[in-house]
Amino acid sequence: MAETGRLTRTAQAAPMFSPVTLLRVAIILALLAGWELLSRSGWLYRDVVPSWLAIGKALGDLLFHADYYFHLGVTAAEIGAALAIGGISGLAVGIVIGANRFLAKAYEPYLYYLGPTPKIIFFPIMIMWFGVGPGSKIALGTLSCFFPVALSAAAGMRQIDKVLIKVGQSFRANTWQTVMKIYLPAMRHPIINGIRLGLGVALIGTLLAETKLSNKGIGFLIIQAYSVFDMPRMYAMLIVLFVLAIGANALVGRLGGLHTIRR
Amino acid sequence: MTAVARRLSIGNWLPAALGIATVVAFFAALEGLIQAGLVNRFIVPPPSEIIASFGRVLTEEHVVSRFFFTLGECFAAGVMITVFGIAGGVLLHRYKLLQEAVETWVAALAAAPVVLAYPLFMVIFGRSAWTIIMIGFVAALPPVILKTLEGLSGTRKVLINVGKSFNLTGSQQFWKIMFPAALPTMFVGVRLGLIFALINIVGVEFLINYGGLGQLINDLAERYDLPGTYAAICFVILVSVVFFVFLEKAERWLRPVD
Repeated sequence: MAETGRLTRTAQAAPMFSPVTLLRVAIILALLAGWELLSRSGWLYRDVVPSWLAIGKALGDLLFHADYYFHLGVTAAEIGAALAIGGISGLAVGIVIGANRFLAKAYEPYLYYLGPTPKIIFFPIMIMWFGVGPGSKIALGTLSCFFPVALSAAAGMRQIDKVLIKVGQSFRANTWQTVMKIYLPAMRHPIINGIRLGLGVALIGTLLAETKLSNKGIGFLIIQAYSVFDMPRMYAMLIVLFVLAIGANALVGRLGGLHTIRR
Repeated sequence: MTAVARRLSIGNWLPAALGIATVVAFFAALEGLIQAGLVNRFIVPPPSEIIASFGRVLTEEHVVSRFFFTLGECFAAGVMITVFGIAGGVLLHRYKLLQEAVETWVAALAAAPVVLAYPLFMVIFGRSAWTIIMIGFVAALPPVILKTLEGLSGTRKVLINVGKSFNLTGSQQFWKIMFPAALPTMFVGVRLGLIFALINIVGVEFLINYGGLGQLINDLAERYDLPGTYAAICFVILVSVVFFVFLEKAERWLRPVD
């Protein structure tokens, strides 16, 4: 009986919502209310801050319009191609550099310093090389994606337990078997981390290229909404884009088991 | 010089020489292919023409004033991220409930492609330097907040206990113990923030065709001045690399022992 009584008391004491949840809800409500107030105040130019109702309507129109999914498909295909080309080439370069200290000293500084430079400035070159179609967007995404994947793979190679490599050698594993059975499984976390970073920058590179010069894709839709000053539509697209980008980032991390790493 | 020292010295410069030799060989091969007509010179200008156009781009395109314009934007964004980022990190550290509520949001903002909202910033701030600075600021703010928080939370317990044993007030504890202890980590955040700011600032200058170095590339590309475009891109890469090296040196100076 005493046990039951204690359990009952515990259940009663537990609040329905934790203070953190309540604070989060309060912050969101305050932001929404502040936005609506700003929208109706007339302090900014008309439509610069549209009401949530208008943004919600634009969001509904967007999500129930087949045309949007065509453009989303184009952008997703470009990003996918960029990630595949940039990821595979980055991985190959990272493995070669990471496996050889001499090559790492010779070439890694170039990767390290070129990695964070703004890639969008290469877009004029990409247009010259690959034309104004999806090719130049894929190329820019590939260029953006290559560096983080290569650097992560090189760092991952260096942290592989030497014992694992010796085990492979003792089994007389050839180069291909060593890469597939030892290197790649042992480097899973750094590679996934690199792909996660690569996905983020490939997405930015591809979409920015679309906003600069394109006739299809989400970037094109955003700049089109800007040029006709359809602000609710632009906000709706940015909201969807941010949710997709953050979601994809979290998904790659989860699929790669990054959340299971003990820190 | 002993044999070991000589071997060590060779081990240091040989890889660097190989790296430089590879770059030189690549450009020499490219020059040869273009001169032989195997690569179209109207798509890829010969490296010799790019090198020759450096002087023209530097003098005729006012690169120095453009460089200072971009640097000014970076400086403005840098001051803002330092002030607001550190203040934000301190605020989150001071109020644990707020930290638990919003820390994941700040981390999500760090992963969000903020620069894609540049048309929105153009609507709010117009096609001006403020659009560029504000994008740099918003994109670079999260790492400063997160690193400040990390630095303050990572202050060694023994230091805090020393402060307590001296009966320091809350303010004294913060300014004399926690802030100096967290400063190196905070600077890592500011360094990351400045790198993000520079990337976004140059990118947005290029996209909206306004401002300093980013606009220069756009201008030259629109004029189809190919050697000039390539030279300007090389110049921006050079500036970025010098900027990163300078920040790295500053960080090493601030945190000599890891």
